[in-house]
Formats: sequence, C-alpha cells, structure tokens
Amino acid sequence: MTATDTLPEAAAAPRKAGQYVYAASVALLCAWVIVPLYLLLINTLSSPETVNSFPKSFIPEFDLGSLQFFAGFEGMLVALKNSVVVAAMTMVLSITIGAPAGYALSRFDFRGKELFRLLILLTRAFPLPLLALPLAVLFIRTGLDDTAFGLALVHTTLAIPFAVLITFSLFSGIPVELEEAAWTLGCTRYTAFTKVVLPLILPGITASAIFAFVISWNEVFAAAVLTIENRTLTAFLLQTLGEAPLHLKFAGGFILVVPALIFIFAVRKYLFAMWGIANR
Amino acid sequence: MSPRILPYLLILPVTLFLCLFFLYPFALVAQQAFSNGAGFTLDNFRDVVTYWKFPISLQNTLLLAAAVVPVQLALALLMATMVSRMERGRDLVLYVWTIPLGISDLAAGIIWLAIFEQSGFLNSMMTGLGLVDQPVNLLSYQNPGMVFLAIALAEIWRATAIMLVIIVAGIGLIPKEYYEAAEVFGASPWKRFLRITLPLLRPSLQTALILRVVLAFEVFAVVAALGGTLFPVLMGEIYAYQFDLQNGRAAAALALIVLAISIAFTLVILRVLRVPKGATI
Amino acid sequence: MAEIQIKNVAKKFGAYQALSDINLTIHDQEFMVLLGASGCGKTTLLRIIAGLETATTGEVWIGGKRVDHLAPKDRGIAMVFQNYAVFPHLTVFENIGFGLRMQKLPNDEVKRRVERTATLMHIEQLLKRYSGELSGGQRQRVAVARALAMEPDVILMDEPLSNLDALLRLEMRAELKGVLAESKTTAIYVTHDQVEAMSLADRISVMHKGKIVQAASPIEVYRNPAAEFVAGFIGNPPMNFLTATPAGDGKWTVAGQVVDGPRLGASQLQFAIRPEDLGPAESGLPATAKVVEPLGAHLLVTCEVDGHSFRAVLDSDLTVKPGDRLTLAPQADRIRWFDPETTLAVA
Repeated sequence: MTATDTLPEAAAAPRKAGQYVYAASVALLCAWVIVPLYLLLINTLSSPETVNSFPKSFIPEFDLGSLQFFAGFEGMLVALKNSVVVAAMTMVLSITIGAPAGYALSRFDFRGKELFRLLILLTRAFPLPLLALPLAVLFIRTGLDDTAFGLALVHTTLAIPFAVLITFSLFSGIPVELEEAAWTLGCTRYTAFTKVVLPLILPGITASAIFAFVISWNEVFAAAVLTIENRTLTAFLLQTLGEAPLHLKFAGGFILVVPALIFIFAVRKYLFAMWGIANR
Repeated sequence: MSPRILPYLLILPVTLFLCLFFLYPFALVAQQAFSNGAGFTLDNFRDVVTYWKFPISLQNTLLLAAAVVPVQLALALLMATMVSRMERGRDLVLYVWTIPLGISDLAAGIIWLAIFEQSGFLNSMMTGLGLVDQPVNLLSYQNPGMVFLAIALAEIWRATAIMLVIIVAGIGLIPKEYYEAAEVFGASPWKRFLRITLPLLRPSLQTALILRVVLAFEVFAVVAALGGTLFPVLMGEIYAYQFDLQNGRAAAALALIVLAISIAFTLVILRVLRVPKGATI
Repeated sequence: MAEIQIKNVAKKFGAYQALSDINLTIHDQEFMVLLGASGCGKTTLLRIIAGLETATTGEVWIGGKRVDHLAPKDRGIAMVFQNYAVFPHLTVFENIGFGLRMQKLPNDEVKRRVERTATLMHIEQLLKRYSGELSGGQRQRVAVARALAMEPDVILMDEPLSNLDALLRLEMRAELKGVLAESKTTAIYVTHDQVEAMSLADRISVMHKGKIVQAASPIEVYRNPAAEFVAGFIGNPPMNFLTATPAGDGKWTVAGQVVDGPRLGASQLQFAIRPEDLGPAESGLPATAKVVEPLGAHLLVTCEVDGHSFRAVLDSDLTVKPGDRLTLAPQADRIRWFDPETTLAVA
C-alpha cells in the first residue's frame, strides 16, 4: 500500500519543481522583452533635466517635457509627417501591386510560376536597402530624388515580397470551391471575387497592409540615403544621433516604438498564419 | 478573360516593379562597382579592401552575426517549445514576445542606449548596489567588449521575435500524432524535440536562418545608435562611403561584397538544412 | 427541356490523359450517376460539363445548345459541391438567394423562392444563421437548396453526401431522390459509392481509367456487366471469376466441371458468377471453406475453388466450418462469360 502511495508523490515532486522552473522562465523571458521598453518609457515621460541626471529613478515622473521638446525641435514634426506619408504610400503600393500576384500564385498553375516564386524569394537573400545606392543616382535623373514617393518605391520593393507571400497564403486559405460555386450561381470571375473572396479576405489584407506600413516606418538605411530635405523620422534621428541631446533621442525612439506595439496587437491573429504558409 | 493569360496579367505588375526597382538597380550597382568612369576595373574593390577600416568592419560584422544568430536561434526554439505546451495565457505571452518584431533597429538601439549610456539605468543600478562608486562610461573606446555586448544584446532583444514567429508557425504545422506516436514508443521530451521537432522544422529553420543571417550582415542603425564610430560594420562603411566620402563606386563595390557574403551564407544554409524530396510533412 | 450530350470529350493534364473518348447522352429529367473509383475521371467530366474545367477536345451540348465555350453562369446549370461551399460571410437566406440576386430578380421574388426551397429542404428555421453555426447535414441542405432555388435545367452534384455520417447519408439520399424527382431537372451525380449509385440512378455510367465502361440502368449494370471491371466493381462482395477451357459444342470446363456456355472458338474464357447465385447442391464446383463470416441474414463463405479465392453467400441456417468441403452449384441463368483478351462480356 505505502509503496504504491508514495510512488506518484515521488514522481510529482520533480514535476512540480519543473512547473515552477517553467513558469519562472516564461516570466523571465517576458521581462526580458518588457523591461527595456519600460525603461525607455521612463525616460520619455521624464523632464529633459531628469533624463540627463544621475542616478536614474525606476519610476516615471510623468513629465511631458521631453515629448514637448521633441515636438518643438526644428524639423521633427515634418519628419514625423514624412514617415507617415511614405509608409502610407508603401502600404497602398505594395498591396495593390502584390495582392494580384498572390492571387495568381494561389489559384493558377502557369508556366514560369516557379521562376516567379524564385524571383520573389531571391529578394529575401539580398540586402535590399543597398538598392538605395544606385537608385539615388537614378532618382536624381528622374526628379524623384528627395521625394516621399521615391522613397516609397524603395520601401515597396522591401515590402512586396512579403505582400505577395502573405496574400498568397491568405488566398490559399479560401477554398476554390467557394469561387466555383459563385461562378455556377451566375458570377463572372470578377463578381465572384468582389462578392465572395474580397469580403472573406479583407481582415487579412488589412493585416498585411499594416505589415507593409511598419516595414517602411522602421526602415533606416534607404531613408537616410535617399532623403536630404524631406527626411523621415528614422533618417532624421539617425542624422542627429551624434549631436542630439539624450531626451530627444529617447522621445524619438518612443515615438518610433508606439506604432509597433499597436501593429503587433492588431495583426497578432494573422502573424503566425501568415508566416506558416508564406515560408513553404 | 482567358484563364491562360490572366495569371500573367496578375503577376505583371510585381514582375515589372521588381525588374525596375530590384534587378535593374543591382545591375547598376554591379556596373558602378566595376567601372572607373571610363571602363572596366577592379580598382574600386582594391581600394575598398585595402582601406584600413575594411578588415575591422568585416571582422566586426561577422563576429556580431556569429555571436547573435546562434543565441537567437536557441532562444527562439526554447520560446517556441515553451509556448507549444502552454495552456493558459498563450496568446498574451506570444503577444509580448513578438512585440520587438515591429520595432526598428534604430529604436532598439535607442532603447538599449537608455540602459548602457553613462547616466543610464545599468549605471544607476550598479551604483545603487554599490558595485561602482560613480557612473562608468560603458560605451567608450576603453570598453570595446562592453560596446560589443550592448550591440549584441540589442540585436538579440530585437530580432529573436522574427525567428520565433517563423518557428512557432512551423511547429504548428507538425501534426500532434507524431509526438503521440513517439511518446508511445518511449521517447523522452528531449528526444522528441531532437528527433521530431528539429528534423520536421527544417523548412522553417531554413527561412528563419536565411532571413536572420542576411539581416545580420545589414546591421547598421543599432550600431550607429550604440557604438557610433567605435564599432565599424560593413553597412556603416557603405553609408560613410556614400555620404562622408562621396565615393559612390566604392560604396557599390562594398555593397557587392556584402551581397556576395549574404548569398554565400544563404547557399550554405540551404545546403545544410535541405529536406530530401518526399520527406516533407 | 434539357438533354445533355457529350461528344468525343477528352481531357489531358499535361501528359496525363484524364479522360478519353467520352460520348454520353443524358436524357431530359434523367438522374445519371457517374460511378467509379477515385482518379477515374468522373469529377473531371462533371467539371467539364459545369464549365469549371475546359475539355482538351470534344463538345458539350445542353438543351440543344453547344456550351463548351460558355462560362459556367451561362450554361443553365447549378452545382452542389463535395464540401458544400456555403459562403461563410453570408446568412443561409443570402446563400440560397445568392444566384437569384445575381440574376437581379426583384426582392419579393427572391424571398418567395428562397422560402419555398428552404421549406422543401426543411431548413426554413435556419435562414438567419451563418454557415459556422450549422451542422454538416444542415450545410448540405443549404447547398442543395441554393442549387434548387436557381430552378436550373441541370443540377450537377459532386459526391454531395460523402462528408456526412452513415445514418445522415441514408436519410439525405432518400430525400434527395424525392426532391429531384419532383423538381423535374436533369441531374448528374458523381459518387464512388455503388450503393448510392444503385439507389439513386435512372442510369449509371461506370467509369474506369478515364473512360466510360458501361452506361445502363442499375439492374442492367448489376446483372449484365459489360466488362470484367464492372463485374468486379459493382456488387459487394464482387463477382467470382474462374478460368474456363473449351470442352466442345458450347460446353466449357470450369474447375473440373462441365458447364453450358457460349458457342465460341476461343481457347479460354472467364467464367463469372455472383456469390449470391451459388447454392450447395449434389453436383457443382468443388470448394474448400477457408473463412466463414456470419452476416445475420446470410453466411459469407470465402473458399478455395481450383486454387482461386471464391466467395459464396449462403443461407445462414447452414453450418459451415473452415476446412469443410462444399459442392457449390451456380444458378445457370446467372452465369456470365468474359473474353480474357478484351475483358469484355461475351453473349
């Protein structure tokens, strides 16, 4: 009796210890992500004087001084506006150009399909921001230099492989039979798409559009190379890294991070589904 | 419309776009790198390679990639396996762990600057604990190890999430039955991870590694924010050639070198992690 | 109103010949079942008729009009899909009314027709629901109602019952038969289930390797299979085959016994008999019982005759044990003969 009673307990003890180790590791890894963000938040919500003082408090003083300084800094708000404009253009361009290709990949077998997929995948193995170098020259010739549209074109090149592969996986998630059923019920290819496929795919398309927005929003190198007067926020911050006061850097960094938090939250449902098939 | 030409019509915009803004610029880079304004030359490459900063920035870039990518892979695998057996709070934990995915390298650099700068949080903590008497300038030329550590930590913090997402998605595609079968045959959790998860995850590992390694060679803004000129890397040198030295040809030559390294590593990863035909899930 | 003619249709997928020499006429209001194992081309043929697939060569005529160049929507057909294809973003009402809206019918007409077909399919209480809130059987009903609401000349069904559980399938089968008979539409129904085919069809087209082997009424297909493939495919358990050698004057030797057969000069024929057309008798085929399976109404005995496996369905009152020696007499008018060269039936 005793032997059979103690056995499960003996086995349960290390398992319980394992549970604690497991829970502690999860908590630790969460802290690893959150604590640095929290420290940035403290600096952002402190007065410029506090940011430059020592030692640091680990509790924010909720002073908007740094953010006010950021807003008042020469050219900063324009840079912020430029970032939004470029990212919005990138979003629209990459979806309108990329989604049709994603649809073609998911619905048709055609000669050259593999070659096309290769072209898309190839872009991944290339350090794409380097494109900015020759394009800088090309843009000067075509008058696109130092414009939001010119930069958006480069950012679209960055975002398009993702747009194609993500929309490909989204379209593949919608059974062909739904479209075929619509055709037999009086739809043309086009009306079947607008009445059946589009309503079903809209949330996913939105998610991949947000993804494109963030790719552009975060891009530093091409933005720094291609813009001079019309700097984006990242380019502006990079340029001022050397001389800018700490509180400006931290407030700028914070403004860069906020859309990321919203973005990951907005697309969290799609993140894994998108990557699951997009990487086959 | 004929279903024969419709797919070509649909891929036409992307193809044109990529030809114009991807293939053509790369042709231009190559042309620029191999020309001296008059004809073909290798001088640009010779100039770039013999410049005193080249060996150190190449070494730094490779060293950083070698330090960061394996840690990221191990961490991502650990996090992914932890998540896969999580019952409660899975969505919340995944959300938290994937936050850095949306954060730019520049912002990540700034975040870690808040910790490592002289009046930053690390110094505050160390003086608070009495480890040092007064704040140390951690990110200076006297502390090259510390600069490297700060950059590596920022990179690990920022870019593990992309690997995590790819690997979690990959694990999601592995049918549960395989694990149950392995368990019935007496495989321990560690053996199950080694014999089932890892081999079946190869396509995802391929993508994750290629993406990460290529991005690791592009490391730029994190370094600029944390190390400035203390820690030269290849991408930073390209930027310097283009702007500070106004030497587009040298920038192009160096860009081609980065490209060659990226492609070489991509091929190695594809080869090492190849999946035999028919052995896919 | 709508006779369907398929003339010389062939379909190639790359180098793979999916269909060849398909010639078939389906009469107005006929219920035609395309029956065959998976990969035999039956679904491809249905999709060619629907216009979802284009034939490599050949013509499709519906109601005296050539349609193979027309889009699905212009062919006067409606289709029920294997996985139902009920639109997830629309209510049941809007699903059933989808085709009617596409025809731009007035609202009250749409409402009238949707309600009528919904009542017919017993789903009138589900009209406000979405597909995600329906069971498999209910989705099936929506899919059929959606097709019927179009009042099509032709209704095409691709394994519509295969995703339902056995009991529900039985119920839906009977219901489908009743509803379609009433609607007076021509129906083409694809299935791999021979019981389904037998119970529903006016005529069955048995398909094998991209060809129609036999198109005839269910009882004809069962009693007089046109080829060895049909004989082996239809009926459960399938027909038994034994090799017969000529004994002269229209007599043939089968397993040492002499049987009356066709007057042919062939050096060999295949003798075929259904398991249920055998009975124990004084004289007949000598058999050794191997496996005995009591099935309630019958006794299924697998035995060995002339070195071949051979099945007999016997009366369950009999006591047969493995190893028993039996003498099985075939019912003379049920014996069929096949040419081993062509595998076709000989008279």
